[in-house]
Amino acid sequence: MQFASIGEFFAMGGYGFYVWMAFGISFFLLIVMWFAGHWQSKLLFSKAQQELARAQRIKTARAAKKSSQPDNS
Amino acid sequence: MHPICAIFKKEFSLLAKGSAEMMMPLLFSVIVVSLFPLGVGPGPDTLQLIGPGVIWVAALLSALLGLEHLFRDDFQDGTLEQYLLSPASLTMMLMTRLFCHWLFVIVPLILISPLLALFLNLTLNMYWALLCTLLVGTPLLSLVGAIAVALTLSINKGGVLLAVLLLPVFIPLLIFATAAINNAALQLTWYGQLGIIGAMLIFALALCPYAISYAIKVSHH
Amino acid sequence: MWKWLHPYAKTEATYKLAGQLAPWFLLVGAFALLIGTLWGLLFAPADYQQGDAFRIIYLHVPSAILSMGFYSGMAVCAFIGLVWQVRTCYMAIVSIAPIGACLTFIALWTGATWGKPMWGTWWVWDARLTSELILLFLYFGVMALYASFQDKLQGGKAAAVMALVGVINLPIIHFSVEWWNTLHQGATITKFAKPSMAPEMLWPLLLNIVALAILCAGLVCRRLQNEIFLREIRRPWVIKMVKKAGVK
Repeated sequence: MQFASIGEFFAMGGYGFYVWMAFGISFFLLIVMWFAGHWQSKLLFSKAQQELARAQRIKTARAAKKSSQPDNS
Repeated sequence: MHPICAIFKKEFSLLAKGSAEMMMPLLFSVIVVSLFPLGVGPGPDTLQLIGPGVIWVAALLSALLGLEHLFRDDFQDGTLEQYLLSPASLTMMLMTRLFCHWLFVIVPLILISPLLALFLNLTLNMYWALLCTLLVGTPLLSLVGAIAVALTLSINKGGVLLAVLLLPVFIPLLIFATAAINNAALQLTWYGQLGIIGAMLIFALALCPYAISYAIKVSHH
Repeated sequence: MWKWLHPYAKTEATYKLAGQLAPWFLLVGAFALLIGTLWGLLFAPADYQQGDAFRIIYLHVPSAILSMGFYSGMAVCAFIGLVWQVRTCYMAIVSIAPIGACLTFIALWTGATWGKPMWGTWWVWDARLTSELILLFLYFGVMALYASFQDKLQGGKAAAVMALVGVINLPIIHFSVEWWNTLHQGATITKFAKPSMAPEMLWPLLLNIVALAILCAGLVCRRLQNEIFLREIRRPWVIKMVKKAGVK
């Protein structure tokens, strides 16, 4: 361990501002990219599910219409 | 008539008809260069210092402006499709087209460069370096630029995209060209930088024709 | 090897492979990056000239190396895609580009925050910094080109050509240090035989390079999956997969 105390660790020998800014923004970016990927895949999946559900609803509605038509005429 | 000759003849007759579009890049570069003394101040030493960079940046931008029209009209009226169908080599025809473009749009820019050099107070030694770098560098601009032009043909608003794609690729050329002129200003030899630009040109000459014709094919899809 | 690679020209196989690899890459990469960073920040000795500011190296060098590495990876994908007409490769290009741009930005950012205390300025127009900036522009160019096409297959081909054009820039980036020698210090780990760094400083750096590479590979896998899914959303295999997961 190079640092005697937590305070010294955060001070980074007087360069704390620069070191923590560099690490902070970089890790923030990486985390954003991580979550962006997950979030996008969830979004795409739910979009596909919705589309599929809509297609099925249309299909069942058509089938219902077809079966009910002969009775009307 | 050989197709290559036919393309030459067509381009020359278009030039003879006097297309104002071809003069636009030239006018543009002169205006851009004349803006700098107004913006930076008319001190001769300052102008000499920034001169090489300014002229080269103006050349880059005006070449970009000229490139936009390189294949666009031919693409829209179906000439390129005829090129694709023709039995002659597509690569050769496109290179002829490119050469004509360089001759009619870029060479006037090189011819007017003494005026630009006067505007920015360049010495004779610097002017020779400028002329040589322009002569070797502008064909490179046209060759590499034509790839991006061919790629963006099917997108309607390609102008800004073209700048975004091409300017970063041109930066090494800009660096070496201005380094050569700056060396000339200090009475040092500048053949090394010119040699590197020449090497890049030869390399581009070997590869770009194929990339351009492939890009044209992608655009026609 | 071709026999092994060939099935991955099919998007479905690539989707499954990326799905299997992504969680492992992400977890292992993140864990290793955490260890490497803590090691570098806590246990590596301070530089005798630069003090603790040198610890930025543990992100700066990995991201700088990988920003170029990912660009060459993108160019390899572009080459394979163009020569063998593989659609999956175009999708790989567009999934690598944003991650690569992100890495390039990190390299520039950490460089700036390192430069301020050391050189007294956030930015100098030094060769390597400038070429890293050009690299960022090149990444943006590829992304912008792909985004502006309606027909994404055509866009993928265009992006591939542009990536190959840009890769000519990579050697210029790499050798620019020798071409224009300026403020920037020489490459830190070029000679592995006799490293100019002390080994206790070097090990966390090497660990971080590998860790960041694995983490970013995981991110690319995730994006590749999304890209394939988006492009093939009407294909039977995607519909089957969605059905299996249950329809809302």
